[in-house]
Amino acid sequence: MTAAIVSLDHVNKWYGPHHVLQDVSLEIGKGEVVVICGPSGSGKSTLIRTINALEPIRDGKLLLNGVDVHGKGTDLNKLRQSVGFVFQQFNLFPHMSVLDNVTFAPIRIQKRPRAEAEALARELLAKVGLAEKADSFPGFLSGGQQQRVAIARALALQPPVILFDEPTSALDPEMVGEVLQVMKSLARDGMTMVCVTHEMGFAREVGDRIVFMDQGRIVVDTTPELFFDAPDHPRIKRFLSDVKGEH
Amino acid sequence: MLEIIQDYWLTFLIGQYPNGPLGGLAMTLIVAVLSILMSFPIAIGLAVARSSTWRWLRLASACVVNFVRGIPLLMLIFWCYFVIPIMTGYAVSGFWTLVCALTIYEASYLSEVIRAGIASIPKGQTEAARSLGGSYMLTVRSVVLPQALFNVLPGITSQFISTIKETSLGYVIAVNELTFAANQINNQLLTQPLQVFTILAVIYFLLCFLLSRGLSAIETSIRRKRGLL
Repeated sequence: MTAAIVSLDHVNKWYGPHHVLQDVSLEIGKGEVVVICGPSGSGKSTLIRTINALEPIRDGKLLLNGVDVHGKGTDLNKLRQSVGFVFQQFNLFPHMSVLDNVTFAPIRIQKRPRAEAEALARELLAKVGLAEKADSFPGFLSGGQQQRVAIARALALQPPVILFDEPTSALDPEMVGEVLQVMKSLARDGMTMVCVTHEMGFAREVGDRIVFMDQGRIVVDTTPELFFDAPDHPRIKRFLSDVKGEH
Repeated sequence: MLEIIQDYWLTFLIGQYPNGPLGGLAMTLIVAVLSILMSFPIAIGLAVARSSTWRWLRLASACVVNFVRGIPLLMLIFWCYFVIPIMTGYAVSGFWTLVCALTIYEASYLSEVIRAGIASIPKGQTEAARSLGGSYMLTVRSVVLPQALFNVLPGITSQFISTIKETSLGYVIAVNELTFAANQINNQLLTQPLQVFTILAVIYFLLCFLLSRGLSAIETSIRRKRGLL
C-alpha cells in the first residue's frame, strides 16, 4: 500500500459514559474507496466526523495527509480544505445560488479569483449533471439534485480525499441512483473516498474495502468479495440480512 | 379635522422650519432612522456575543441586555439626559439624548430577536461552512447571519416599528418631533385636542403600516426568488 492519506491509530471517543469509538485503527491509502457500514449507533458517522475534526477525540492519533488532525497547533481551517465532506442532509446554503454554493470555498476561503472559481464550479456542476441549474437556488432542487450540488461544492476545493456521511439516507428511493452514479464516477476517476452508507450494491460494485463496525469497534476490515460472499462473523450475517430485508 | 390638516399640514410635516428648528414628521423620521441604523449593528454584535462559545462574552452581553430590558424607556431617556453631560463634559442636545437612549434600548431588544434567529439555523449549516475550511467569523458572517436575519425579519420589523413610535417620548425632553409638533398645534387651537391627536395617531399608523408592508413585500420576493415559498 502507498502512504496512507488517512490513518487512525487507536482512536478513542466518549460521549459522556458512552464509549462510542473504541480503539479504532484504520489506514486508507491513495485512491482507495472504503465503505464503512454497520448497524445504527455503531459509531460509523462519528468515526467519519473525527477525520475532519467535526468531532473531537479523547485519545489516539489521527493523521490526514500526514497532519495530526487533533494536534494542538493544527490549523483546522487549512486542514479542512484538503478533505471534502458530504452530509446526509446536504446542508447547502439556502440563501445562495447553486453557483455561489460551489464557489463559496474557493472565493471566500481560498481567495481565488471569481472568474477562475466560477469556471471550475461550472465544470464540476457539469460533471454532476447540473450545469443548467447554476443560477437556481437550492430551494428549487430535489433532494438528489441538492446532494449532487453538495458533492460539487466539496469537490470545488479539489481535495485529495472526500468523506461521505450517509449521502443517500435522506433521499427518496428514486433519487438514490443519481447520487450513487456521481459517486461511482468519482471512484472511477481515482478519488480517495470514505463512505458511510447502507447502499450495499454500491459497496460491492465500487468499494475496495468494507469496514464493518459494531458498538464503536471495527469488527471486520475486508474486501467486498469476502464480506458479502463469505461473511464469517454472526453480527455481519445478521446485518446483511437486516439490510436486505429493508429493500 | 380637514381644516386642521389644511392649516397645519406643514407643521405636522416639518415643524416650525424654516422659521424655526426642523421638527414634525421629518424629525421623527430622522431620529427613528438614526436610532435604527445605530442599534442594528450593536444588536447584531450583542446577539453574536450571546451565541458565542466564550463564556465571559456570553455573560457580559447577557448582563447588558437584561439590564437595559429591565428599565423603562422613559427612565433611560431621563438617565441619558442627565448622565451623558456629566460623563462627556458636553451639553448634549435633546435630539442626541433621544437617539442615544433609543439606540441602547432598541439594540438590546433587537439583539434578542436576532439571537432567536441565530439559534434557529440548523447546526448542519455551520458544519458545512466549517468543513469547507471556513473560519468561525466567516461562517457567522456569510452563512449564519444572512439566514438568521432573514428568518426573523418579521420580528425585526416589529422592533423598527417600536422605535418609530418610541421617538414620541422625545416630547418629554423637548425634542422637536411629531408629537411635539402636534402638541404645539393643539396649544394654538386649544379646543380640538381630539381631532389633533387623531391626526397624530393616523400619521404614526400610516408610517408604521407602510414600513411593515414594505419589508414584508421584500421578504416575500426574496423567498420566492430562493424557492422558499
